[in-house]
Amino acid sequence: MNGIPVLTLLTVLPVAGAMVALAAGKHARAVALVTTLAGLVLALMVWAQLPADGSIGLVERAAWAPSLGMEYHLGVDGLGALMLVLSAIVTLMSVDAAHHAHRQPNLYFCLVLLLEAGLFGSFTALNFFHWFLFWELSLIPAFFLIKLWGGPKRGPAATQFFVYTMAGSVALLLAFLAVFLSTGSMDFGQLTAMAQSGALEQAVNAHLGPVMMWLALGVLAGFAVKIPIMPFHTWLPAAYSEAPSPVTMLLTGAMSKMGVYGLLRIAVPLFGHQLAQIRTPLLTLAVVTVVMGAWAAAAQTDLKRVFAYSSVNHLGYCVLGIFALAVPATGAAVQASQAAALNGVILQMFNHGITAGALFWFIAMLQERSGGQRGIDDFGGLRKPAPVMAGLMGIVLFSSLGLPGLNGFVGEFLIFRGVFPLSWVAASVSILGLLVTAAVILTVIQKVFSGPVPDRWASFPDMHGGERLAIAPVIGLMLLLGLLPQVVVQNINPTVVNLLAHWRF
Amino acid sequence: MLIQEELAAAFHPSNPCIVSFATRWLWLVPAVPMLASGVIALLKQPRRKPAAALAIGSLGFSLLVSLVAFAHVLSGWMHHEAVRETLSFSWIQVGAAHVELGWVLDPLAAVMMVMVSFVGLLIFIYSVGYMAHDENFTRFFCFLSLFAGAMLGVVIANSLLLLFMCWELVGLTSYLLIGFWYHKPSAAAAAKKAFLTTRVGDIFFLLGMVWLFAQTGTLLFYNYGAGSMEPLALGGLLASPAGLGLSAAGAIGLLIFAGAAGKSGQLPLHVWLPDAMEGPTPVSALIHAATMVAAGVYLIARVYPLMQAGALAGGTTTALTVVTWVGASTALFAALIAVGQNDIKRILAYSTVSQLGYMMAGLGMGGVAVGMFHLITHAFFKALLFMGAGSVIHGCHEEQDVRHMGGLRTAMPVTFVTYAVGMLALSGFPLLFSGFWSKDGILEAAQHWSVAKGPFYMLVFGAILTAFYMTRQVSYVFFGNWRGHGKAHESPAVMTAPLAILAFFAVALGFIGTPAWPWFRAFLNGQAAGLDLARFQEPGLLPLMASSSLAVLVGLGLGWWLYGNKQSRAEEPDVLERAARPVWMGLHGKFFVDELYGATVIAFYAWWARVADWLDRRVWGGAVAGVALLFRGWAHLNRLLDIHWVDGGFDKSCEELASGGGLLARVQNGRVQGYLRLLALGIVILAMILIWSSRG
Repeated sequence: MNGIPVLTLLTVLPVAGAMVALAAGKHARAVALVTTLAGLVLALMVWAQLPADGSIGLVERAAWAPSLGMEYHLGVDGLGALMLVLSAIVTLMSVDAAHHAHRQPNLYFCLVLLLEAGLFGSFTALNFFHWFLFWELSLIPAFFLIKLWGGPKRGPAATQFFVYTMAGSVALLLAFLAVFLSTGSMDFGQLTAMAQSGALEQAVNAHLGPVMMWLALGVLAGFAVKIPIMPFHTWLPAAYSEAPSPVTMLLTGAMSKMGVYGLLRIAVPLFGHQLAQIRTPLLTLAVVTVVMGAWAAAAQTDLKRVFAYSSVNHLGYCVLGIFALAVPATGAAVQASQAAALNGVILQMFNHGITAGALFWFIAMLQERSGGQRGIDDFGGLRKPAPVMAGLMGIVLFSSLGLPGLNGFVGEFLIFRGVFPLSWVAASVSILGLLVTAAVILTVIQKVFSGPVPDRWASFPDMHGGERLAIAPVIGLMLLLGLLPQVVVQNINPTVVNLLAHWRF
Repeated sequence: MLIQEELAAAFHPSNPCIVSFATRWLWLVPAVPMLASGVIALLKQPRRKPAAALAIGSLGFSLLVSLVAFAHVLSGWMHHEAVRETLSFSWIQVGAAHVELGWVLDPLAAVMMVMVSFVGLLIFIYSVGYMAHDENFTRFFCFLSLFAGAMLGVVIANSLLLLFMCWELVGLTSYLLIGFWYHKPSAAAAAKKAFLTTRVGDIFFLLGMVWLFAQTGTLLFYNYGAGSMEPLALGGLLASPAGLGLSAAGAIGLLIFAGAAGKSGQLPLHVWLPDAMEGPTPVSALIHAATMVAAGVYLIARVYPLMQAGALAGGTTTALTVVTWVGASTALFAALIAVGQNDIKRILAYSTVSQLGYMMAGLGMGGVAVGMFHLITHAFFKALLFMGAGSVIHGCHEEQDVRHMGGLRTAMPVTFVTYAVGMLALSGFPLLFSGFWSKDGILEAAQHWSVAKGPFYMLVFGAILTAFYMTRQVSYVFFGNWRGHGKAHESPAVMTAPLAILAFFAVALGFIGTPAWPWFRAFLNGQAAGLDLARFQEPGLLPLMASSSLAVLVGLGLGWWLYGNKQSRAEEPDVLERAARPVWMGLHGKFFVDELYGATVIAFYAWWARVADWLDRRVWGGAVAGVALLFRGWAHLNRLLDIHWVDGGFDKSCEELASGGGLLARVQNGRVQGYLRLLALGIVILAMILIWSSRG
């Protein structure tokens, strides 16, 4: 494979697919399926070719505008590659889930594929300019997908989503421009090295005065909105619930990871020292996100909003893990905890992606069968007419709950293993989230699947063969990651060690 | 009570290279039932015979392997060698550290493994009869198999993490089986309550586990000197303070105990267990009497070196003191409530809670062997009682209220005889029954406990109550006149045969734990045991046996005096209710703990959820709306500039973008323009900078 620019190919593939889909009319979904399948194969090839030492591999570099700091610089480590695989899986799931004829299927699938390209691009870019381009570009298809195919309140939801994310992006952009002004570089690797040696702070101080903390906050703002961290999440419930469920799968499964990825690729490497200084307020926000996210989910009556808030809660654990490891102290014990937390964060990103994706898939199936209903009290006793659906969705729900043996547990365990010694207060408070999430999820099972069957659902159709076949690999993956997480951790852990070695707090 | 150094000396770490055949294949014990469960799940429903055959066959296989493993440990013990073999492997590597899992074969695991697979097998067979007419028969055996596998996983785990994972799976199957009749809202609610109440304990358990991991760097119990339950790690834990006068060892021990308390229905987390009786009766027998609820006791036995760390000879630790008090309080509290119940299964459920309290107290005061002996004997006689109750319920056409039974000793003779054996064993009838010996061990330890005498008196009072409420129940069910509807009938042999087998063990097991031949204790502790009748003459022992016998006889006598052949009509109020109504109301109302939790914890949960939602909609949402308003003004300002500056086409397209309607849309419409403009501005600035810097 030497010499073949796999990462470029990976990003170009969905763009090409999108063009074909646009022209394919009714067959757009087939085109999208083929393209996303090919994307998954390519992403898995990338995953298989990672350097064993956890450094950045598959590098592609080309001069773009060197004097402007712009460079075409691609590469992935375990983190980036895992996100590529996740994006590919979630997009494939989303295309799979969207099998009912939409208005203008060609445009719909074209936008989905463009969104995938945006994801691939942002997870492989190692130059700020290039990365930011994809970060912003991915917003546009997402906006139109919500705007054109969403529910009754799609207009405000889409606008709020777009504007809010854009506001964060502006702060991010301005902060990064300041960095560029001071250093003349937009290269992540170069800037990380400068941050580690302290040269970055010196350069910024020399050019702009003592504004390093402001820049850190600006960058944080961009990611805080995207992930989201409370209280920057108010766009999310509306966007997740108004978007068609297959699009919600993309939003929560893949796009939310762009924010966490940004924290790990940009905020922590460049501003680790600043994050360590404001660690207590940041940890407070993380704990609030975990606990209040779970509790807000408990108050919802719309299934999509329940799982929207539940997503906030689950991503809160990632944020908790990241902020907790920002401690200047060194020593074997601290490093062991940091490594555990960071491994946990990356696993949690992946696990949440496929679990939340699958959850919204099931909601799509419920809506399809009930004429669009999705209230928590709209169903009841469905286990009787639809036992297979109850069983399979049950597995996914328990994965979300963090049941050992399924994927969700491993990441949460490692995060708590890492966070507890670094901040036992944050760990002890946010562990409440596990309890509340369990209550939320069991309530959903109770209300949707248990109790007597109302007459109107007496012949609720169970999952048919095609649906079972489509969801089976996802559930297989959940079991695999729950039982043998080493298959993923073996590539993540070297990256974690490598990342931690280059970070300064 | 042996202190930890002595125990550690008894079990030499053997050579890691030599692992016996039995240990190498020990993983099959949990794996085969789990696999069977998976296969049953994939069977096309309903496939009754294959499902039952797979479940029973796989558990039978586990029993065989368990017996082989037990024989291996036993033969080592007979050669004066305490066997503790472990096999561990790295599960994941994070940083430089490994998260390890593994299994252990030692007397504790061997005894428990045989008990779980044997009792489990009998209950599986019984279920074939009990569930014969259920439409979800296949799924029942799928869950039951998964349960058996997970429970056996808890038993053989040599890693706190593996134990926790299986522990949660056991909780899952308990949840699924309590809610097995999911169409009943009460069953669904009880299942949820069980899962959440035990999870309250489990989050503390999880914290304790990550703390232990962070401190010792391993979660393996035994690892040839490097495990977390071995002296090196415990020394480190003792040396690091955790605040409130506790060492890390003590604090972690208490956190783990919170998990055990949830699973084993200890105060104040006992509320789920009586509700769990909504599940089918075999489930109550297997999970909520014999095995799963005892897992908490087993957990404490497993981490006993940690609980005991720092104790001097004859002394105790804070953690064990807490275990003792909680156990003794639970024993008494639940026994009191059992007196006031009318549902045949609920009486037994509170009895289970109470007996679990005895086990915990036994662990706290007497050590592993004392608590574990009661666990084992209780598993047999309580499974017997539950299955007997199931037979009664079956025979009385699904009636569960003891007031609507009566005189069943003639209609159901086999059930009656076996039930009577179980009842006498539970009551601790002197000399002949296993419950007497195991309870006596606990009382003896309580009598010698150096910290306080309170638990001893509580447990003796509890013993009187136990005999009393069981006599009350048996009088209601088997004596007096028939007060039910229809005609009661005896159950088929597939149900009564397991009863007879369990009844045999309810008697016979006592003889492996008498003071004259304390085989069980010696086996668990890795010491020699010989028959020596002279041990009965140890000071204080005979008086203790006499007084505990007296307690049992008082309870039995009182119960028979008040209830024997007294009830003639089902509607008659209870004797106690007539005598002292307020007391009866308290007992019957379970001391209103559920109501208390409803008014506090549950109310707080709901209230806080509303607060979170309100914050979201009003405070944070409001702030966003405020900012939006601000930007809207700014956008208007810009628009004035635009009219003279920028082509209107841009604005127009923006308006089309957000033409969804509604006030909010119009508000945000302004924001789109504002931000797009800001972005455009940013790009312009960027371009200017680029031009500027490229010149330089």
